[in-house]
Amino acid sequence: MSKIGVFICHCGENISATVDVERVAREVGGMEGVAHAIDYKYMCSDPGQTFIKEAVKKYNLDGVVVGACSPRMHEPTFRRACAEAGLNPYLCEMANLREHCSWVHEKSEETTEKAIDLVKMLVQKVKKNKPLDSIKVPVTKRALVIGGGIAGIQASLDIANTGHKVILVERDPSIGGHMSQLSETFPTLDCSQCILTPRMVEVAQHPNIKLYTYAELESLEGFIGNFTAKIRLKAKSVDYSTCTGCGACIQKCPVKKIPSEFNAGLGTRTAIYVPFPQAVPNKPVIDRVNCNYYKRGACKICEKTCQVGSIQWDREDEIVTEEVGAVVLATGFDVKGADFFPEYGYGKYKDVLTGLQFERMASASGPTFGEIRRPSDGVIPKKIVFIACAGSRDPAKGIPYCSKICCMYTAKHAMLYQHKVHDGESTVFYMDIRAGGKNYEEFVRRAIEEDTVNYVRGRVARVYEKDGKLIVKGVDTLLGGQQVEIEADMVVLATAGVANCGSEQLAQKLHVSYDPYHFFAEAHPKLKPVETNTAGIFLAGACQAPKDIPETVGMASGAAVKVAALFSNDELVREPLVAVVNRLAPPLYSTCVGCFMCETACPYNAIEHEDIRGRDGSLIKTIAKVNEGLCQGCGTCVAFCRSKSIDIQGYTHEQVYAEVMSLLND
Amino acid sequence: MSSNTDFEPKIIAFVCNWCTYAGADLTGTSRLKYATNVKIVRFPCTGRIDFLLLLKSFAQGADGIIVSGCHPNDCHYTSGNFHARRRWIAFRSILDLMGVDIRRIQYSWVSAAEGSKWADLVNHTVADIRSLGPYQEYQKIADYLEKGGYHGED
Repeated sequence: MSKIGVFICHCGENISATVDVERVAREVGGMEGVAHAIDYKYMCSDPGQTFIKEAVKKYNLDGVVVGACSPRMHEPTFRRACAEAGLNPYLCEMANLREHCSWVHEKSEETTEKAIDLVKMLVQKVKKNKPLDSIKVPVTKRALVIGGGIAGIQASLDIANTGHKVILVERDPSIGGHMSQLSETFPTLDCSQCILTPRMVEVAQHPNIKLYTYAELESLEGFIGNFTAKIRLKAKSVDYSTCTGCGACIQKCPVKKIPSEFNAGLGTRTAIYVPFPQAVPNKPVIDRVNCNYYKRGACKICEKTCQVGSIQWDREDEIVTEEVGAVVLATGFDVKGADFFPEYGYGKYKDVLTGLQFERMASASGPTFGEIRRPSDGVIPKKIVFIACAGSRDPAKGIPYCSKICCMYTAKHAMLYQHKVHDGESTVFYMDIRAGGKNYEEFVRRAIEEDTVNYVRGRVARVYEKDGKLIVKGVDTLLGGQQVEIEADMVVLATAGVANCGSEQLAQKLHVSYDPYHFFAEAHPKLKPVETNTAGIFLAGACQAPKDIPETVGMASGAAVKVAALFSNDELVREPLVAVVNRLAPPLYSTCVGCFMCETACPYNAIEHEDIRGRDGSLIKTIAKVNEGLCQGCGTCVAFCRSKSIDIQGYTHEQVYAEVMSLLND
Repeated sequence: MSSNTDFEPKIIAFVCNWCTYAGADLTGTSRLKYATNVKIVRFPCTGRIDFLLLLKSFAQGADGIIVSGCHPNDCHYTSGNFHARRRWIAFRSILDLMGVDIRRIQYSWVSAAEGSKWADLVNHTVADIRSLGPYQEYQKIADYLEKGGYHGED
């Protein structure tokens, strides 16, 4: 017979004020299998825990029920106390007498009776509890960082500096991301590249970082501490081991009119190219879609130019496999193009730019070398209109959220324009100015007060071309909805920040969840902002939601610390509340019939196939097996199982039935 | 159906650990009051809930049942609540066809932030079940089946 100890807490007066705790202890003490039942003022206090520990030893208890607060609060406390007394911690359960009883009911007979029922229910459950051992899984101390923007760079450097190896995968030919495209950064107006490029070089030279550029994640399998990543190295057509990065091939390439991605389509590049002069690595790749040789089978001018013979025409994509213990997702964001806006001309007016294009134009390394010139005729615009919230906060466009960075960069753009074109006139149409952040509000005020940027609160209904001018029709809501019409030379749209293309597919490869806008979902909006619901995969930067550079860097360092903490142990200890498939003696071996419904139910791909073989090696049957490292213990498979062969530890059929029957059979 | 004010229904709530259990904790922390009739059984996820347990509960004398978990898309385990929802939709129509009173099962979503919703849910369910009266029909059938009556010997 079981020997259960029951400990009822008064919680000061929180429980005892409405529940007759002595009666609870008395009545439960009379139950079959209960060896010891007491009540005490503060069970969680040191003397309270000592009562439990002493009783475990004295009565040789094989189960403990503590009737106190929510198990979400003190379950670990009491389980630890039991473990210290030599009782398996998973033989301890809590009845929630405070949050679910004393605090939500008036003092009455019924309240005490409910408390008795709740404790009895847990006594019946704990009788069916089995001692469980924590699960230990080994940890591969190498991290995979996906995305080489500032988030990925920061996370890689931080992890690498803790002494662990990092594999950084970047889709483009160079790391740097969006930050490398920026001219100056708010609110300090320091040059983006000046602060970023040294970090890019540090990444390339760091002994602990292995950099794969022009590469993408092909697949990720495994679980926390034990992932296997397959990475596709796209064919660069250039042998980086011999290429010196002299750039002669780029100068000689005859295909020169390809819109440059780095310059957001404003400039052009060649078919063999380095995205930008400070690229890391500073070696070219051949864009096979546009290259004359790959298109028509003739040209090979770059090969003739190359002094070291680095061009490799037949190079194919290569798949490399890397074992890693943790993954940091830092794939960043994208901005909507001007073609998303029919009201602003579908992107067909050359002088309607996106914020990112303006950024390139304002950059000293940009297509105009930092001069603000109209793309249509190269004239310096004297009147410029900035439209904030282009797409953002617009449910009709499917983007109801605030893109967060646009208010600030629009103020920066207006400032940069005023600094470059002294007799220019700039107008910003805005909905609200959201300048939350250190020195942000001051920065916007500076734009308005010192740089005389004209801020108009209202939305722009339409932009159309007339006699070489862009007519901006809007409304000023602070002047009672007065119509405003501006003949502008250039219009800049602060287009919405959206999830990077392919983020949905990537999320599915990694089994992380994503929100309706395809940004990756964090595990908890407040307390677990860098974790995902998949253990061992962390988030950094704008792939989670639009955010600015300081926030991105902070989040990347946060993710790096999580990775470092994971790598601080050789083994990972996990709660053993996982599913198990039953195993029986031959000839049955298991009641599992191998239908693998559980496999379809499992959100974590934790169900594996196990072959049961006879002594001669012949296959007897194939049954399901739960990978303990992957299983998170949701139990969906348990409800799916047709033959009741799979059960979840801690919430087994036996335990749950015992609870329910206890409630009904009194 | 007459409303029976003396009748105290027995109601069991099957809830998930991450949303509704935490939401019910919040009800407590907020000191919102509700009826004592509902007792909570904690599950890791609504996806774990075997719906045969509901029938077993009715057979043993439950008058009403609440099933509650995370809102769609909020599941701690990504998709457990979707499985539970799908199962409920199928199960509900089968029960209805069989003649089980599905008004006695309250399926809901209560998040960890919805303490007051939990109190409302409990109070509404208790009031509804009270007006429906004790659920003896299913018990009778269950008792009959238990005695082996289904072997055709009456």
